[in-house]
Amino acid sequence: MDVRKTYKLFVNGEFVRSESGRAYRPDGKVNVPRGSRKDLRDAVRAARTAFPGWAGRTAMNRGQILYRAAEMLDGRAAQFVELLGSGARARRELDQAVETLVWYAGWTDKLSQVTGTVNPVAGPYFNFTIPEPTGVVAIIAPEEAPLAGLVRRLAPALCGGNVVVALAAESAPLAALTLAEVLATSDIPAGVVNIISGQRKELLGWLASHMDVNAIDVAGCTPDEVKAIEESAAGNVKRVIKVTSKEQSPYLIAAFMEMKTIWHPIGV
Amino acid sequence: MATALSLTHLGSLMRGVRSVDEVGADERAAALAKRSIKKSSKLWALDLAVRCMDLTTLEGADTPGKVAAMCAKAMRPKAGDATIPSVAAVCVYPLRIADCVEHLRGTTVRIASVATAFPSGQSFTPIKVEETEQAVRAGAHEIDMVIDRGAFLSGDYQRVYDEIVAVKEACGPAHLKVILETGELGTYDAVRRASILAMAAGADFIKTSTGKVQPAATLPVALVMMESIRDFVRETGRPVGFKAAGGIRTAKQAIAYLVLTYETLGPDWMTPDRLRLGASTLLNDVLMQIDKERTGAYQSPDYFTID
Repeated sequence: MDVRKTYKLFVNGEFVRSESGRAYRPDGKVNVPRGSRKDLRDAVRAARTAFPGWAGRTAMNRGQILYRAAEMLDGRAAQFVELLGSGARARRELDQAVETLVWYAGWTDKLSQVTGTVNPVAGPYFNFTIPEPTGVVAIIAPEEAPLAGLVRRLAPALCGGNVVVALAAESAPLAALTLAEVLATSDIPAGVVNIISGQRKELLGWLASHMDVNAIDVAGCTPDEVKAIEESAAGNVKRVIKVTSKEQSPYLIAAFMEMKTIWHPIGV
Repeated sequence: MATALSLTHLGSLMRGVRSVDEVGADERAAALAKRSIKKSSKLWALDLAVRCMDLTTLEGADTPGKVAAMCAKAMRPKAGDATIPSVAAVCVYPLRIADCVEHLRGTTVRIASVATAFPSGQSFTPIKVEETEQAVRAGAHEIDMVIDRGAFLSGDYQRVYDEIVAVKEACGPAHLKVILETGELGTYDAVRRASILAMAAGADFIKTSTGKVQPAATLPVALVMMESIRDFVRETGRPVGFKAAGGIRTAKQAIAYLVLTYETLGPDWMTPDRLRLGASTLLNDVLMQIDKERTGAYQSPDYFTID
């Protein structure tokens, strides 16, 4: 029997239709929910609620969960390769996504050793700096490589303990929406990752001006969009993260972190 | 004014209370809660919600300092923004009245105190009356009393009635709000009966809950209480106020109560003299929604004071 699938948004651990009831057809065949500003609002609220729990997990536990996400993704390889257009290129993209998850899974409990420091200061203080997650991070997925491109930004953000509201690639959102099914079965707590599909033009402004979004990763934005985002992010001191490198690096995790320095008196 | 009814009169009053269509009440409350209030209407409603709010703290851990901070917020909900009105009242335990008197002198914010062995009401009547008198003497403008649910549920309406009458007398010039604690009454019929009983005994306001029992205020229960008020006013001509309390945390919920009030009791009740929303955390959400309407950007709790 041919069961046709209804693609849904992923908000607060649940698969939901857009509250607006709208849909669009990115490939002219399949209906995909066209998320609204209120879907974004709900997603940000869910993420904010989930943040203390996820940031408070031990680094090792976060690593285990990211590794499980890699396992789940690999287990559904055939489905994703088909969604990405089959062929060697699709296969390469999937392998890349799995590899990215595994790689960042290993970094959760090594990040603070590498990016943290003990600082020599001219006074009786033990002075050290440690990375802490920024909070709610919005990720605009790139249009090319709709799966690997998203995972490349998602994994480092989650690795450091951030929570994410991701906007799927507008022209090819199916892989991202299906990735939600992988994440939902990977022990990632509800609300830690939320995935919205829809039109960038309509949604970017709301994300950029949202006071409760702490950072926005503009991987998938055009230069004009980045300019507009930076202008409205200036009003709420939101971090705008621009990473063009496709390499993996612990410094890409650090881009989503705030560095906290502590002055601890000694000898008193 | 309320005078002690004899047993037979009270019996006929209670027998005269008709029963409530439960499914109908649920449906109507749900339908009214869906009404869409947007833009300038929403701003108007949010402004009214602030003006009708009883900013509440009823914790064992309340200190003079915490009450002082709450009083400051009651007078000027958003620092540096004079366009946001003061709330109607603060609601505290009797021992904290003195702190409120000190910080609210010369302002429009009223002081409400719970009394009568709040929240259970399971104590001796003379003690409840004494507590009320002391609270009024300490400076409370409004007394929030709880009914003795044990007596009400066992059918001893006379005891509940007499107690409300006695407390009302002890209030003197202070307004009396009678808390029915609808979460413990069980049925809408009982809610309606308790509402009529409290109003007949002289309540100036009837109030849904203490906030200490789940479920607290719900829309259908509020509807049943408001319809009781409407019927009572038709019968006696004496307007009685309504206060919803407990579990109202979002601006959206608050607006639903305003819609319900408007549709049931009419525009005369859209004033702090006749409508109150008791809440501890609602105010910040209302302030965030006001800012959202004004600036067009979704707001963050990070930028609002924690009370």
